[in-house]
Amino acid sequence: MLRHPVLILVAQRIALGILLLLAVSALIFAGTQLLPGDVAQAILGQSATPTALANLRAQLGLDDPAYIRYFNWLWGILHGDLGTALTNGQDIATSLGKRFGNTIFLAFWAAIIAVPTAIILGLVAARYAGRWPDKLISGITLATISLPEFVVGYIAMYFLAVKWRLFPSVSMVFDGMSVGERLHAIALPILVLVLVVLAHMMRMTRAAILNVMQSAYIETAELKGLRPANIIVRHAFPNAIAPVVNVVMLNLAYLVVGVVVVEVVFVYPGMGQYLVDHVAKRDVPVVQACGLIFAAVYIGLNILADVISILANPRLRHPK
Amino acid sequence: MTRIPFSALLGIAATALFFLSAIFADLIAPYGMAEIVGGVWEPMSAKHWLGTDAIGRDLLSRIIFGGRTTIYVATMATILSFTLGSVLGFTAATIGGWVDQLLSRGVDLLMAIPSLILALVVLSVMPVTLTMLILVMGILDSTRVFRLSRAVAVDIAVMDFVEAARLRGEGTRWIIFREILPNALSPLVAELGLRFIFAVLFISTLSFLGLGVQPPLADWGGIVKENKEGLVYGVAAALVPAITIAVLAISVNLVADWVLNRTTSLKGGRGG
Repeated sequence: MLRHPVLILVAQRIALGILLLLAVSALIFAGTQLLPGDVAQAILGQSATPTALANLRAQLGLDDPAYIRYFNWLWGILHGDLGTALTNGQDIATSLGKRFGNTIFLAFWAAIIAVPTAIILGLVAARYAGRWPDKLISGITLATISLPEFVVGYIAMYFLAVKWRLFPSVSMVFDGMSVGERLHAIALPILVLVLVVLAHMMRMTRAAILNVMQSAYIETAELKGLRPANIIVRHAFPNAIAPVVNVVMLNLAYLVVGVVVVEVVFVYPGMGQYLVDHVAKRDVPVVQACGLIFAAVYIGLNILADVISILANPRLRHPK
Repeated sequence: MTRIPFSALLGIAATALFFLSAIFADLIAPYGMAEIVGGVWEPMSAKHWLGTDAIGRDLLSRIIFGGRTTIYVATMATILSFTLGSVLGFTAATIGGWVDQLLSRGVDLLMAIPSLILALVVLSVMPVTLTMLILVMGILDSTRVFRLSRAVAVDIAVMDFVEAARLRGEGTRWIIFREILPNALSPLVAELGLRFIFAVLFISTLSFLGLGVQPPLADWGGIVKENKEGLVYGVAAALVPAITIAVLAISVNLVADWVLNRTTSLKGGRGG
């Protein structure tokens, strides 16, 4: 069974991803350790006494060579030990646990809404290519691409939460809330994330469909007298799945970035807000841990995209 | 000379206006950048066209000076990313071999992490100054320019006139700057606008998160941050810089779209 070409391709892709993740962990570590800025000096500020600096350096293990610190750090992470935060001395893994769940909850619902909407709008735009529904959708997507996430966030907050009072302006979640209450609390962040990733996915769906629409078998279907909507859904879409899946996954990965900003806008207790807070406080271990987790999710989704497009390719399904 | 479409004209005019107001900020701003001239969040009036901000500074003046910072940082970062990315991209394509492998794999690695996350990691240890922001943004963004210019240059490097130059005994520098660069210019120019918008959005996002331009220096993302508490009380001051960011981005986009269409029709298409 292991000789099946699909399995080999998938295994290769996953192995490559793990290698990439390892390289990325080294990059993140190097980014915070090997740069000319002294971490201890940066944490304590210019007015720090030499003794305080020496103590902090010893506490951080800064006296060891960089590669030893890297392997210690990596070893710890592989065993679920993300280190302790400098600012409050708490275990990072414990503080991150619930926040990670919150972030995934937000990103999950944004994805559940954004993906089908984008594909349906893309199909509609392809069906009416060059006519008003297409132009309207293109115009709106141009506008959303030109807006940074936090701008979309504040515009939504100003009108939907403050002026019309439909949703809470701040996304407070706490233990014991039901899923419905939670969803109401994070309605605005979900909306913003959906708008941010919708445009790209929709444009690419439209482009992929229009690409397939030029094939001869589509012309045959047209000449048979099939309805245009039918041609798109039944004949064009199945062949456009691979590029669409790829774009969908890329955008889900992009949610990783969007989530950071949106969480800050709506004061949502997720991982993004935690990261931004601790960058400002120059809490290096927390930044490393969060950066690595975000990067891992991002790389993971990219691998998943490749694996799905390998699986979606019927030419690879039957070994010759 | 083909006629310039209306949307592109509009985009050019608006973009020029933004750059002029950034250059001549001292002359056109009615008040100083950090001058406190009124009460907190005064509404729009003849004295303060856009009202005042969270500590009583004139919002219009803040936005004009903020535009100077935002546009300056974004322009410098774009210039850096283009110089770095295109020179390295052309070099990789011209020399090939292990140089190409090394540069390309390095870029793959940098692009495996979202730029914002990597920027946050770096900014957590580095001093946050304008120069540092320009360096971080320019270097992170040069990866995209690298990929584009390498792809374009690989196609050009196999053409007969490049081969002829090689046989004449020209050096690598001549081939890059005199043979490849002039022929790769038009797709790169079209990309320039998009990278500039990306830089504007990026610096605004960083400043909004409090990790970009530091107060009291004004910049658009920072002005949104300074005034965001007002939104809950129905004060729209934070939306004004947000809208300026969007208008600048859309104007540059309109110009870039036009340049892209022109260059693709001239070159007979580069990708569909």
